[in-house]
Amino acid sequence: MPAPLLATRAITKDYPGVRALDRVDFDLREGEVHVLFGENGAGKSTLISMLSGANRPTSGHIEFKGTVAELNSVHHARELGISAVFQEFSLVPQLTVEQNLFLGAEHRGGLFLKASGMRREAKQLLDDLDFHIDPKAQVYRLSRAEQQMVEIAKAFRSELSVLILDEPTASLTDHEADQLFRLIEDLTGRGVGIIYITHRIAEIERIADRITVLRDGRYVTTIEASDADEDRLVELMTGREVGAIFPSLPTMDPGEEILRLEDLWTQDETLCGVNMSIRRGEIVGCAGLVGSGKSEALQAAFGALPFSSGTVIYKGERVAQPKPGRSIRSGFMYLPADRHDAGLMLERPARENFSVAALDLPPFRNGLFLSGRGERQRAAELATALNLSPNQPERTLDHFSGGNQQKVMLGRSLTRPVDLAVFDEPTVGVDMGTRQAIYAFIANLAQKGAAVVIVSSDLPEILHLTHRAYIFYRGRIQAELAGSDLTEEAALANFFEQDAA
Amino acid sequence: MASVEQSPGGASRKAGIQTWLKRIFVRLGILPFLIVIAVIVFTAMSDNFLTGRNLMNILRQSVYLTIVSLGQMLTLLTGGFDLSVGTIVALSSVVGAVVMASVYSAMPDAVYLAIALGFFAGVLAGSLIGVVNAAGVAFFNVSPFMMSLGMASVGFGIALYLTGGVPVYGLPIEFSDVFGFGNFLGIPSPIWIAGLIVVALWVYLYKTPQGRHFYAVGGNIKAAKLSGINVRGTLFQAYVLCAALAATAGMLLTARLDTGDANIGASMPLESIAACVIAGVALRGGVGRLENVVLGALFIGLVQNGMNLARIESYLQTVMLGGLLILAVIADQIRLRYVASLKD
Repeated sequence: MPAPLLATRAITKDYPGVRALDRVDFDLREGEVHVLFGENGAGKSTLISMLSGANRPTSGHIEFKGTVAELNSVHHARELGISAVFQEFSLVPQLTVEQNLFLGAEHRGGLFLKASGMRREAKQLLDDLDFHIDPKAQVYRLSRAEQQMVEIAKAFRSELSVLILDEPTASLTDHEADQLFRLIEDLTGRGVGIIYITHRIAEIERIADRITVLRDGRYVTTIEASDADEDRLVELMTGREVGAIFPSLPTMDPGEEILRLEDLWTQDETLCGVNMSIRRGEIVGCAGLVGSGKSEALQAAFGALPFSSGTVIYKGERVAQPKPGRSIRSGFMYLPADRHDAGLMLERPARENFSVAALDLPPFRNGLFLSGRGERQRAAELATALNLSPNQPERTLDHFSGGNQQKVMLGRSLTRPVDLAVFDEPTVGVDMGTRQAIYAFIANLAQKGAAVVIVSSDLPEILHLTHRAYIFYRGRIQAELAGSDLTEEAALANFFEQDAA
Repeated sequence: MASVEQSPGGASRKAGIQTWLKRIFVRLGILPFLIVIAVIVFTAMSDNFLTGRNLMNILRQSVYLTIVSLGQMLTLLTGGFDLSVGTIVALSSVVGAVVMASVYSAMPDAVYLAIALGFFAGVLAGSLIGVVNAAGVAFFNVSPFMMSLGMASVGFGIALYLTGGVPVYGLPIEFSDVFGFGNFLGIPSPIWIAGLIVVALWVYLYKTPQGRHFYAVGGNIKAAKLSGINVRGTLFQAYVLCAALAATAGMLLTARLDTGDANIGASMPLESIAACVIAGVALRGGVGRLENVVLGALFIGLVQNGMNLARIESYLQTVMLGGLLILAVIADQIRLRYVASLKD
């Protein structure tokens, strides 16, 4: 058997106080798609950061084409033909596509840039990959998917032999993802090895050749994709048998109406006449494409987005101008989609991130003053209830994995009485085990009599976790589906324009 | 096998001390290291440095910077800063002195009324600069840099215009007797006042919801807003409180100098930001402890005092201070890198 394209031998990475990766052996063959699978914090990111030259191992070594390779920098790895595309892009938004493609490796004649040569080559590169992107476009004008294509194109600047993709489809539409998979097929045909990180089982079934599972920084096993199914993978990942991902829904009859939106419009027409009604004890889904208004409708009702006309009726009373503060005090909680951008204070302890929306109430408050003891106690309870790992509420949040950060944010809905909770993309970038915990948590909230709204781009979530769903299309509600009508076909059919007439 | 495990004993102890130091650095920042180094160096350079009397001196001399730095910290916590603190010190000094001197000369018997009115007028004038800063930052989204830089020029111009650039004399002697050179239980009065401010602000920051809001707004302004925190009100408070504290320092300094002067406080913006940053207050906002800021201001006072005793020329002292500020910022960046390397 020939030497693997890229391999790690007992690779270990220590950070002060933490062993992020513990003697992991991993190998990548030519022309295969090798999926790295594991919970958030299992060590996947650490592993690829070393394979891409961004970090160096504490011990153990990396072999490239059979010889030991010291990857000193990302640049060095790239020269060898190892390129990584991370979730956070390394693009300069203000520069054009071609400027980004040659960033750090500009062609020059003497002191000056050779613009025409780079332009030609950029065009060639994009054409070869069949990416329809204007090389002169500024990157910030491109969609997420297009930016990702630029990032991938960048990897092709030099002769490519290993491509590392970190959850590449997280922000892609299905169509764009198909395009990416075709590209991957093409690459593996040429002998390029692909290391692919994903949480999505469907993707694994579709493109993976082998799967390596990591858990708590340790190597668990490597299996052939043909031997893998969802249950097995989840079991390997979590180290225990996991029941169904989705909990059974609370079956009580919906109670009184709690929120009603009538003909809601925004100035920029993200919303064009939305009507909704939400009742106690039910879980309502909002689905649709990005920009369809599914998330904005609830933001407007909460007070995070101004609306130009229409009526918001909360608990039977008209709210002329909703404000987040007032909404929260009257039991309406909105938990945003992007936890880093709008949800969490990463440099503050988990405890403060729990309590931030409830400082006006006991146990966090005692008369005029904060109650340090009450706060610590409640935070500890929440951390335990949510299975926060590590269970250290005083740790600053940037020292938790993404899934645990998400738990902290969602835990806010337990810090005060909530009548209506809106979860906007509650499981983005969250592993299977945490996802299951979050679903149980949401179902439990509804069971206790709160109204719950789930805004999600993940259709299974809408299908299995909601009683009723609104499907948004271009700022309107295109369909309302409930019970047995709530099927994948029915939902998808309404994601797009309905009557061409 | 056993010998392999035993042999690196010495090396691992060294590595242990290293990680221990690294942890202290990550947790507390560079300040503890700087203080230890400074005390050792200055004690070696001057016999008079490590004496009770000199330490009390340092404390008294640092009072003004401490108070200004506490205000500066509030704006830094919310993710901004205030470059106009120097101007605020100057304007409050001038306005306070003018009002105090004119009330005193009109009613020579009402000494304490003159002092009270003057003190109040000075703090009010300085706070008004803060109100304008606050309005710009909180309601018009002007960057704190431009807003406070602009107001620094406005305030300084007003202070000079009011006095024609000449110091204001004629303050009642009682003013400087009490607030400048007063003593209570053997401790100078400015230290008492600074102590009271420290305690009050500590309670405010760490024991009330509003105090927590400063951290939340600086930690993530969008998250704070979605959590129902009054973001504008919090920003507004930060700048007004900052100005009120700087103005209080300005009046205490006026008492010490026994004159109102538009030229005091010029070094305050740099020194107060330095004190905060050295103490680990993040320029990004949301991170920093009041206790450390007090230590940071004391450290700068200590360095200045030590350099004086060691007869280092004052121009060179300015060089040192700028260098320390930059060192602190670099150290903070290194600290962040360590913090980043701590997570998976």
